[in-house]
Amino acid sequence: MPINPFVKMTSTVIKHLLGPTACKMYPVEKPVFFANTRGHIAIETNKCILCTLCAKKCPTYAIQVDKPGKAWKIERTKCIMCLACVACCPKKCLTSENQYSAPVTVKVVETFNVEPPAAPKAPETCPGKE
Amino acid sequence: MIEKQETVTIASQDELLKKVAEMSSSGYRLVLISCTKLNHFQVDYSFDKNYEFRNFRFCVPVEKPEMKSISSVFTNAFTYENEIHDLFGIEVHGLNINYGGKFYRINIKAPFSTLKKAVAVAATEEGKK
Amino acid sequence: MPKRTIIPFGPQHPVLPEPIHLDIAIRDEKVVEAIPSLGFIHRGLELLVDKKDFNDMCFVAERICGICSFIHGQGYCQGIEEIMNVQVPDRAKYLRTIWAELSRIHSHILWLGLAADAAGFESLFMHSWRVREKVLDIFEETTGGRVIFGVNKVGGVKRDIENDVLKRIVGTLKDMEAEFKPLANVFIDDYSIKHRFSNVGMLSKEDAYKLGAVGPVLRGSGVSIDARKLGYAAYKELNFEPIVENSCDCYARTIVRVREVYQSVDLIKQAVDKIPDGPIDQKVTGSPNGEFFSRLEQPRGEVVYYMRGNGTKNLDRYRVRTPTFSNIAPLVKMLEGCELADVPVIILTIDPCISCTER
Repeated sequence: MPINPFVKMTSTVIKHLLGPTACKMYPVEKPVFFANTRGHIAIETNKCILCTLCAKKCPTYAIQVDKPGKAWKIERTKCIMCLACVACCPKKCLTSENQYSAPVTVKVVETFNVEPPAAPKAPETCPGKE
Repeated sequence: MIEKQETVTIASQDELLKKVAEMSSSGYRLVLISCTKLNHFQVDYSFDKNYEFRNFRFCVPVEKPEMKSISSVFTNAFTYENEIHDLFGIEVHGLNINYGGKFYRINIKAPFSTLKKAVAVAATEEGKK
Repeated sequence: MPKRTIIPFGPQHPVLPEPIHLDIAIRDEKVVEAIPSLGFIHRGLELLVDKKDFNDMCFVAERICGICSFIHGQGYCQGIEEIMNVQVPDRAKYLRTIWAELSRIHSHILWLGLAADAAGFESLFMHSWRVREKVLDIFEETTGGRVIFGVNKVGGVKRDIENDVLKRIVGTLKDMEAEFKPLANVFIDDYSIKHRFSNVGMLSKEDAYKLGAVGPVLRGSGVSIDARKLGYAAYKELNFEPIVENSCDCYARTIVRVREVYQSVDLIKQAVDKIPDGPIDQKVTGSPNGEFFSRLEQPRGEVVYYMRGNGTKNLDRYRVRTPTFSNIAPLVKMLEGCELADVPVIILTIDPCISCTER
């Protein structure tokens, strides 16, 4: 026997009235991101050796590396979070964080000052020569 | 290997129209008409029946490019042929619905006809020969 | 004989999510002719092959469309792999299949919501999209993105899904299916939806085949063609039959999509049961030299990519023929002779994706 449509509708209404809400109160309740979420690229400035590999691999040219100025720059609005830079970084100093970068009204290039670790001193003379 | 694909290059326009009519009468459907700019325009007519893919290739010279429409046989060819006219600048004769260059409402005329790199590659290929 | 009037329809219209323009010639309230034109959002993405190398083009391919982004990337990678003769590991093939089917589920539920909205059924629209959210969460958890996933690459996929996560996904999909069922029954049984969609936009079996209709439009007209039957990725090892409805109208196209959601859930279950362990990518060296027509089944229908490599890092040509482009000619046919008030519904049932179409 088919259920009376009125009963059916009332049960649906009650379910949605008393059940949990489908939406979040966004600014009050912060969204939970997954560990995998592609949020933004972060850099550990004390590990970077300014090798410029990330800038070369970037398909959207969002990353610039200023070798003499010791700076690593990224334009967040250009970045597509393909993680090519994270994959190619030889020192693993680039990471993908799961928080999105903040919305902006003007496109800016974010600059990070990099202090490269002291390069291991190359031996000045060959050990065998002396 | 996903599927076998055979491509037949056809020399003349009339022969192509004959082939297309043959395809239509043997129950193939038109999958795609595609145009590629090399040192000539390469136009591909692709058909399918029971997941069997057939492709016919026809070359249009770069100077004064023109070709005949197959829209009298396959009605839906008008979208592809108007697109080829608008993007590559090939004159198509005998269209059933001719937009006269207004199918794509874009500002640049025939933007795909000036592939800079493709022309350069074609030139080097000719140099090698 | 009443006078012929031409009504411009679009590019801005409440029912159209994207801009397409139609000149609709009417007599009284009957449409006698409809002439579409495109080009409002032509981006020239195909020309980017000159600037990007073939590995980076995959990102461009994914950005052709926001709904079927994964399958665009998959089609591009499969084509290049075919040209370069790369053997993709089986696990990567299965992962691609799972993501592609998830894309199909979310696209179809999205469309069903839009269809409900076009029929004036606002609450059904909202509930459809609430259900779809679960699929988007699966995407975010497994790939990191909700719209653009960026997990495809030439030679395989970039991210693996662990086996217990795959099991959990199947569980989530079961929950989703249970939630979707009452909504699907509304689409199937509800009087007003039936009344709105039945006998509207008729497209006979012969016309659908001859005019090159693809996807649910074709299968809603009783023709059993599904590009997945070509057996790309893992489809040749999975058991499924194309879903066909015979009533040839908008209602049939809706039902095809409803049933395909269930079919996709089933395909994912099969794929999770069969997925082998192993590597997920294959190192690719060299550059593509050759050509291939790569064909896949998108939620909207069959998509064809023509790729031609010349042995350098840049391809000669990358041409995309999207399902909507192929469905324009059948759309024109469907519109002939319909009521003016039915035009929005008919346009919606081909699931138009105009940014796909114009690339």
